[in-house]
Amino acid sequence: MMSMATPGATRYLMRTPRLLVLLILLAVFSAVTSLLSGSVDTGWADLLAALAGDSDSTTAVVIRELRWPRTAAAFTTGALLATAGALMQVLLRNPLADPYVLGVSGGAATGALLAMLFGLTTLWLHGAAFGGALLSMLLVFALAHGSGSWSSQRLLLTGVVVAAGWGALIGFLLAASPDQGLRSMLFWLMGDLSFAGMPRAGAGVLTGGLLIAIALGRPLNILTHGERSAAALGVTVPALRRLVYLLASLLTATAVTLAGNIGFVGLIVPHMLRLLGLRDHRILLPAAALLGGSLLVVADTLARSLLAPRQLPVGILTALIGVPLFLALLWHGRGQSVERA
Amino acid sequence: MALLEARQLHVSIAGLPVCSGLDLRIEPGDCWCILGRNGAGKTTLLHTLAGLHTPDGGSLSLEGAALARLPRRHIARHIGVLFQDHHDAFPATVLETALTGRHPWLGPLQWETAADLAMAQQALAAVDLAALEHRNVGTLSGGERRRLGIATLLTQDPRLLLLDEPANHLDIHQQIRMLDLLGQQAERGGKGLCIVMHDLNLATRYCNRFLLLFGDGDFLHGTRDAVMTEPNLQRMYRHPLRRIDHADGPVWIPA
Repeated sequence: MMSMATPGATRYLMRTPRLLVLLILLAVFSAVTSLLSGSVDTGWADLLAALAGDSDSTTAVVIRELRWPRTAAAFTTGALLATAGALMQVLLRNPLADPYVLGVSGGAATGALLAMLFGLTTLWLHGAAFGGALLSMLLVFALAHGSGSWSSQRLLLTGVVVAAGWGALIGFLLAASPDQGLRSMLFWLMGDLSFAGMPRAGAGVLTGGLLIAIALGRPLNILTHGERSAAALGVTVPALRRLVYLLASLLTATAVTLAGNIGFVGLIVPHMLRLLGLRDHRILLPAAALLGGSLLVVADTLARSLLAPRQLPVGILTALIGVPLFLALLWHGRGQSVERA
Repeated sequence: MALLEARQLHVSIAGLPVCSGLDLRIEPGDCWCILGRNGAGKTTLLHTLAGLHTPDGGSLSLEGAALARLPRRHIARHIGVLFQDHHDAFPATVLETALTGRHPWLGPLQWETAADLAMAQQALAAVDLAALEHRNVGTLSGGERRRLGIATLLTQDPRLLLLDEPANHLDIHQQIRMLDLLGQQAERGGKGLCIVMHDLNLATRYCNRFLLLFGDGDFLHGTRDAVMTEPNLQRMYRHPLRRIDHADGPVWIPA
């Protein structure tokens, strides 16, 4: 049997995840750029000294205490969102799904705005956002489960309606808030990394979640061919879908807790990779994490530097970078995606 | 031992009976044909046999074990299904789609091996799709998509093949090619086949067991000579039919 495999076949099986290597390089490059940019001039020597930990100069402290946690938070958030987006798209079998479509972010935003309204500390803010996200996730899960059938359609409708409910609550909170608090609330809603500290828990959730997601990669590949076909091929579809829903929601909740509602990363990163020809979720998911993380690090670097010393909400930058990049890929791939997948 | 055995099976769809008290044994080498009017529940019955639809009563056993208690992965190694239609929401190549057939045979974290790939490529060659292995599934014609479904099923290599209108969208040449190919699976490979079909002439040519669903829960099954008679088929289709005996076998013509 082995001798039957043609050279093309061997190439197919052995296709080195070259894209993954490129993406790792991109992640390192974006992180280094982020660590080097800021109001304090920084050179390579400063960076190396700061990372080695044997310098107590102002620059080294700025890098270690401010830029490194911020860069790590940006990367973690972007990676969480892109992974969650890729999972959500398979779960709902809808290429337009993003991590927020089922209302997780609305719950988080409501919690966060309440915490801001009552002037609570950052720790409470994170707790309230995560609590709101979990509440929304369980609410949608229970409501969509209701009569037992748990179709993509029902899940999507339930999520969208719950999200609309959160939207109304958010509007109410904004209207009811005193003017001086509005700016930070709006920043949070647009996605803002300035509240984020060193994302230790976030990185843990990302690592664990990504490993589970990659382990589910082959069943997810089968699921893209339809639930009925997947069941006939031996996938326990209801259990897989519940697990994917909980996993994607948890990743989203963690991301939203770190940095608010950063739009667009979760929607377009998986698509960009699909346009580049990645379809196997065992590679697509880690690739999405790397690209999503890098994209957000670049966006955050620009958000900090463009109007320095003023900071822009990073959510604006993700869209500003993502839209043209995505359109370029779509334009470039318009011919070949029809002929060759 | 029968590949699949149904005892006193009661199946219904949306409150309408498909079959009441069906006893059926599918043995290696059998090629069953399920016939019935539109909406008689042929597809529902086929899905029930695959364990994808819960019957109202009765039991199904897969080589002696209760089908309902078996894990899906175990069932998928024994029973494969060709569905009536396919929906591909995401792009995939022809080869990738055929390779999905290996899923039940691979461990949870195992990657496809060169042997799996060789099986998929052999199956694609058998349905004349080898040249299209890198094409996007979305660009295939209806007939090519159908043949890809058959190739995926051959790659899955189950002992019992349940096929829902396998000749749909196929031209005359491919209808004969595909049914010959499937027939060989039963004859030489010792597999069991169960085919939902509307074409009486293809059915009489390829199948050796027939199940007629009358649409009211009533059914009839047996060999060709016992079941495929003018009165039975006219009652089932509610349409007059004529049988013409030709040297190559009987031909059915609707009046």
